[in-house]
Amino acid sequence: MIEFRSVSKRFPDGTLAVEDFSLVLPSHKTTVLVGSSGSGKTTLLRMINRMVDPTSGSVEIDGEDIATLPPVKLRRGIGYVMQNSGLLPHRTVVDNVATVPLLRGTPKRQARADALAMLDTVGLDRSLADRYPSQLSGGQQQRVGVARGLAVDPNILLMDEPFGAVDPIVRAELQQELVRLQKELDKTVVFVTHDIEEAFLLGDQIVILSEGGRIAQVGSPAELLANPADDFVASFVGADRGRRALHVERHGNEDVVVDSDGRLAGVLRSEGVR
Amino acid sequence: MTWVLANLGLIWARTLDHVVLSLPPIVLCFVVAVPLGWLARRYRLSRGIILTGAGLLYAVPSLPLIFVLPAVIGTSLLSPVNVIIALTLYGIALMVRVVSDGLDSVDADVRQSASAMGYSTWSRFWQVELPLAGPVLLAGMRVVAVSTVSLVTVGAVIGVQSLGSLFTDGFQRGIQAEIIAGLVATVGLALLFDGALVLAGRVLMPWTRRITAAKPSAPVEVSAA
Repeated sequence: MIEFRSVSKRFPDGTLAVEDFSLVLPSHKTTVLVGSSGSGKTTLLRMINRMVDPTSGSVEIDGEDIATLPPVKLRRGIGYVMQNSGLLPHRTVVDNVATVPLLRGTPKRQARADALAMLDTVGLDRSLADRYPSQLSGGQQQRVGVARGLAVDPNILLMDEPFGAVDPIVRAELQQELVRLQKELDKTVVFVTHDIEEAFLLGDQIVILSEGGRIAQVGSPAELLANPADDFVASFVGADRGRRALHVERHGNEDVVVDSDGRLAGVLRSEGVR
Repeated sequence: MTWVLANLGLIWARTLDHVVLSLPPIVLCFVVAVPLGWLARRYRLSRGIILTGAGLLYAVPSLPLIFVLPAVIGTSLLSPVNVIIALTLYGIALMVRVVSDGLDSVDADVRQSASAMGYSTWSRFWQVELPLAGPVLLAGMRVVAVSTVSLVTVGAVIGVQSLGSLFTDGFQRGIQAEIIAGLVATVGLALLFDGALVLAGRVLMPWTRRITAAKPSAPVEVSAA
């Protein structure tokens, strides 16, 4: 369990990125922080592995204030996946995946063997193991990034817009892959995105952030859609328009679902028919 | 040509002298410039001082520097150490800026992700930043190597023997072939050093080689899409 207790962050240049933020992120669940730029979502994520230290307040992992832990050791125990993969360009794929185990002192042979197995886990062919990152496609690089984040089998996986820079088809593929992995591995995932669709797909708990890390609403996707706390949340999740504002029309013997643009979304069936 | 054939032993001996004088400055300047370049990049204040200092150092003419050094560091006027130290200083003057620029060229995302992985500042420098600055450092070292080999000849004027001695001797005695032999051997040695550095770069930085090798396939992919 990760807990933010009245956390604020003021950067040296005076901007207040996060103000009095409190939240509990349950273990073995995916919490998605959603917000537009300037909402402090990345700052919040980076507080969990002490890439950013709060100006006031505290962050606890399983009841332990992480300000008391040495940052380097803390980071080696937390998976981190970022946009543009952040892979080391001068290391091969397998060495990139083995980075953190090697830093933790795992013998080289063991670390490489584990890394190869991890490539299987994230759906990468082992024939790519000896390539350099620049020789991979964007989607493959992100998979390597995920494999690297998972290499030490961390309890916590931090993901900072990991699929933001790949094309929509590959992104959808990677999202499905993450859903599958999460079912298998059951990590505490903290995921940052500005894409509400992505948040709905991946999140057990979704945190909608407005300016300065203020929580607009926390809830499951269903809760956010059904009961948006205010107009900001409603417009953010799009409950009032387009593909999310659905109504039923009767056509002959069938109930068809129509969105707010009048486009046919599908046919409504009761559970039993399926 | 007859002079050359009659004096092969002399040319070889001067070539060896030349190598002995060139290698230490090339190696030393790298060893000194790396921490200085790091320091220059690290703090705003040190950046101004170090980079300006290095620039000024390079503006000092070589011959006076070689003459003045004995007085400053207490070596004898004819000691080869003077030449080695002077050339090391020139190498540092050039490389400090190169190291600082090379470290600057490392992608901020990569640096950040290395920290997030749990690299300490120290290990990140040696294992991530310095290797990734490698191509820039190599380019700088190639200039340093060639310019050092060429500058070693100046030492001949104060009597430190090198291939430059073939120029001074050839001028004094009016032997044109000796001057030309010294010139050709100096250029040849510079090319040899340069080639060795390029080779070392290929061995030490295999990722840069693979990237160039992968490039021709890129346009094919684009046209296919």
